[in-house]
Parts: sequence; structure tokens; C-alpha cells
Amino acid sequence: MSLLSVTDLRGGYVAADEIVKGAALHVEDGEIVSLIGPNGAGKSTLLKLIAGLLRPSGGHIHLGDRDIAGLGAPEISGLGLSFVPQERNVFGTMTIAENLEMGSFTDGRHARQRMAELYERFPMLAEKRRAAARTLSGGQRQILAMAIALMNAPKLLLLDEPTAGLSPRAAEELFGTIVALNKTGVAILMVEQNALEALAVSARACVLVQGRVEREGRAAELASDPTVRDLFLGGKAQPMLAGTT
Amino acid sequence: MLNYLLFIATIGGIYGVLALGLNLIWGGAGMVNLGLAGFFAVGAYVSALVTTTGHLPIPVGWLLALIAGSIAGLVVVLSTTRLREDYLAIVTLGFAEVVRLVAANEIWLTKGSDGISGIPGPGKAALGANFNVAYLLILIVVLAVVFVLMRRIDRSPYGRALRAIREDAQVAQVAGKPVLRFKAQAFALSAAIAGLAGALYGHFTSYIAPDLFLPLITVYIFLSVAAGGIGNPAGALVGAYLVMTLLESARFLVEFIPYVTAVQRAALKELLIAAALILVLRLMPRGLLPERIPRAPQPQTGGTT
Repeated sequence: MSLLSVTDLRGGYVAADEIVKGAALHVEDGEIVSLIGPNGAGKSTLLKLIAGLLRPSGGHIHLGDRDIAGLGAPEISGLGLSFVPQERNVFGTMTIAENLEMGSFTDGRHARQRMAELYERFPMLAEKRRAAARTLSGGQRQILAMAIALMNAPKLLLLDEPTAGLSPRAAEELFGTIVALNKTGVAILMVEQNALEALAVSARACVLVQGRVEREGRAAELASDPTVRDLFLGGKAQPMLAGTT
Repeated sequence: MLNYLLFIATIGGIYGVLALGLNLIWGGAGMVNLGLAGFFAVGAYVSALVTTTGHLPIPVGWLLALIAGSIAGLVVVLSTTRLREDYLAIVTLGFAEVVRLVAANEIWLTKGSDGISGIPGPGKAALGANFNVAYLLILIVVLAVVFVLMRRIDRSPYGRALRAIREDAQVAQVAGKPVLRFKAQAFALSAAIAGLAGALYGHFTSYIAPDLFLPLITVYIFLSVAAGGIGNPAGALVGAYLVMTLLESARFLVEFIPYVTAVQRAALKELLIAAALILVLRLMPRGLLPERIPRAPQPQTGGTT
């Protein structure tokens, strides 16, 4: 059984206007899956639907054997699926330590132990634990956002454009962090604009176009596929500029 | 003179209770309640009615004011969950007006604009001239209890979760915080405190009427919290007394302005208060006692990006 399996998922910000129009994908235990596609394809919306921030208007989302479609975000995060939103994803005026606490449930002892583990994995966070989160650089902020999401020891992490707004070097470092994290057993489903880099670290990938998964396959194969390259990897002028978003 | 000071200290304390309640949701969770005067009125009327018409003891009236305030708060906050956040402010503003108009028009219950007089004060007959001192002491106890409670909340994981919601409700949600429930709880508690403040007011002055609950009170309390320091219970308390002092001292100051009529004097009083508050916020933009926000760390060597 897949860790996450999404079938015929539909939904958007308002009921009348579906952005995701019957998407299907699956994530197996411990793998990295990239979700790529043109702007406006519904990548972020799809993640938000899975995470419970938006309510699906149809379809199924199975986390293990449980259908989580329609559950709220707090419940879903309690079931082992953590979502890291794009860019604004930490509590700016709160300290690093307080930010981490926010990611935990009320079980204090377990939370402290988990925090210690995360400090060990990300020494930068330990160093700055008393600093306000808004003083972090872009790359550091992303790490904190992921660490918040990791506080409740999820099986699956959804990342919405983790490298958005980062310099090429910081993005590269962050991909390294994501791979290292994945090696500890956390499966990752991420939306990325830096598609080639994302494909390079992923086992599989899905290409989302106008709310549907048009292509799905091994990341390496998709990366070398000429149509995919032309469409999304900077081969040709991107057709979506003329289309609707 | 002494009685006047006691009166000011008591009313200032009641403003302090209101400010503490407002700070919980405005400073804590970033929710704007422009209907504070409405919850204040609900508490005042409930306690006044059950102790005059209902002949119940005063503490029961206070307890019922707390309960009525929290119920009103829950109704208001839950009726706005499907709206965007700023609409809470509009709905609460409307709520306060509704409360005032109901109080003014449901004459069978509230005696309309005549108001309710003869609201009993605790031990008023026995204490005689000492009533004001005794009431101030009661108020200080209430204020201390509310203050300690608010500070505990502020420093508890619950308070941090509220601040997280203020920072970013979506991130709080994906971090597993039941945002709606936390906001509803905080709002209801804040409204209950406003209700208690209303009851404290009624039993002190022994008279309440709809025109005592104008939106201006809400404005004073917002000014108190802003001047004292949003997000810090101690600031709310200091701010309430600051605003009270400004209100009263302006009243005396304008007496010394020559060549103006009484109406102009009243307008000048408002102007003085406004100028003083602008000055406070100009000099201390985050209030007299700002919320403690962690400072940036000392520059470290070998930083990346």
C-alpha cells in the first residue's frame, strides 16, 4: 500500500472554480516525489488540498489506509503528514525555540526530546534558539519551517517551493538538506520551480498541467524527456504565458 | 477630593479590566473587537437586572455577567467564522450598537433610556462613607486576579499558540493548532472579562443607562492598550490608568483656557487627550511597556547566505 495515494482529486479556492481537476498521484514510503508543471497548473493548490488547508470538492486522499479527504489541517498534521507552506512559513516575532514548540502537540516531554533531536540535526537552529525567527536568512528560515513540520515526526513532508526566493547556492544547500532528511526515512512530496534540480534529487516526478497529472514517471526519465524539457525545463518559450492561469 | 480620587481610581481599574480583556485577543491573537462596549453593557445589564428585579445576591450577578459575556462572545465570534478576519471588527461594532439599541428600546426589561437605578453595591448600607474605599479594594482584588490570569495565559503554551495564530493562522494550522477553537476560546474569555467589568461598573455607580455604553468606551480601551503596549498585560493596565488620568486631567486643564465657551471647552478636552496620546505613541511607538520580542542575536562569524 502506498504511503499517500491521491485519486481523482478535485478542488480549488472556491467551489465553482476547480483548479485541481481530477489529479492522481502516489508517494511510497521513504521516497522523494517532485511535482512540476507550469505556473497556474495547480501545484500549490494540490498540496493545500492534500494538507487539508483547502477542502476537496471530490476525490480521495489516502494516507496509509485512511481517507483523509475533508479532514482539517490540524487533524491531518496529527496523522503524520506535515505541510511546509511557501515563503511565509515561520512565526517571525517568536524565537526559534518557540517556533519549534508550535510544531509539537501538548505533550511537553516528548516535544523537548524531539527539539533536542532537531537541534542536533540542524546545529544552526540550536545556535540561534533564542533569536527571533525573522532575523534568519531565507535558507535558514526554510530549515526552521521544515523543522517545525518535523516536530511531530511525520512520515510524509509536503514542501511547497522550498527554494523560492533563495540564491542558487542556498537552493543547492537546501536540496542537500532535503536529501539528508529523506535518508532518515521521511518521504517527501515537493513542488518546485527549479525543476531540473528537483528532478535530480527525486525518485519519481509528476507533471501537473491544468489541474491534471499529465505525466508521471521516474525523475531521471522525465528530466531527459524532450517534451517535458521543452515545456517546463526551459527548452522553449513556455506556452502557459499565453494561456489562462 | 478624596472621594473624587477614589472614584477615578475605581473607574480606571474598571477600564483596566476591560483593557486586560482586550489585550488577550488583540495583543494575543490579533483579533479586533470593536464591540467591547457591547459586551461591557451586556455584563452591566445582566448583573443589574438579576440583582434588582431578580433580587439575587451581587456575587451571583457578577458570575452571571461573566457567563453572559462569554455566551455573547461565542455567538459573535462563531457567527463570523465564515467571513474574512477584518469582518470580525465590523460585526462586533454592529453588535455593540445592537446591544445599546435593545437596551434603549426594550423598555419592559431595561427601562429604556431612563436606565436602571438603585443597583445595589456590596455592603453599601453598612459601609456608608467607606463604600468607595471598600469597592476600590474589591476592584483591586479582581484586577489582580484577572492580571495574573492574563499573564499566565500570555506565558503559557496556549498564549504562544495564540501569538502564533496572530503571526500566521495558516502556518499555525499546518503546525497542528486548532486555530478556530483557540480563537473562539480567547474571544469568549475576553468577552466574559468585559462582561465582568460591566457588572463591576453598575454596582459601583448604582445606575446604568444605554447612553453610558457608547462606542467611545471601546475607543478609550483601544487607546489604553495601544499606549500601554499591545501584547503585554502590564502595559494594558498602565495604559488604562494613563488614559483615565489624561481624561480627567484634561477636564481640569481646559478650565484654565480663557475666552472659550463650554462647548468649545469640551471639544478642546478631546483635542488635548488626542494630542497627548499621539505624543506618547510618537515617542514610544510600541507603547509604554512593549511586548517582549526577542532581539536579533549578536553577529556571529562564519554565517552562510
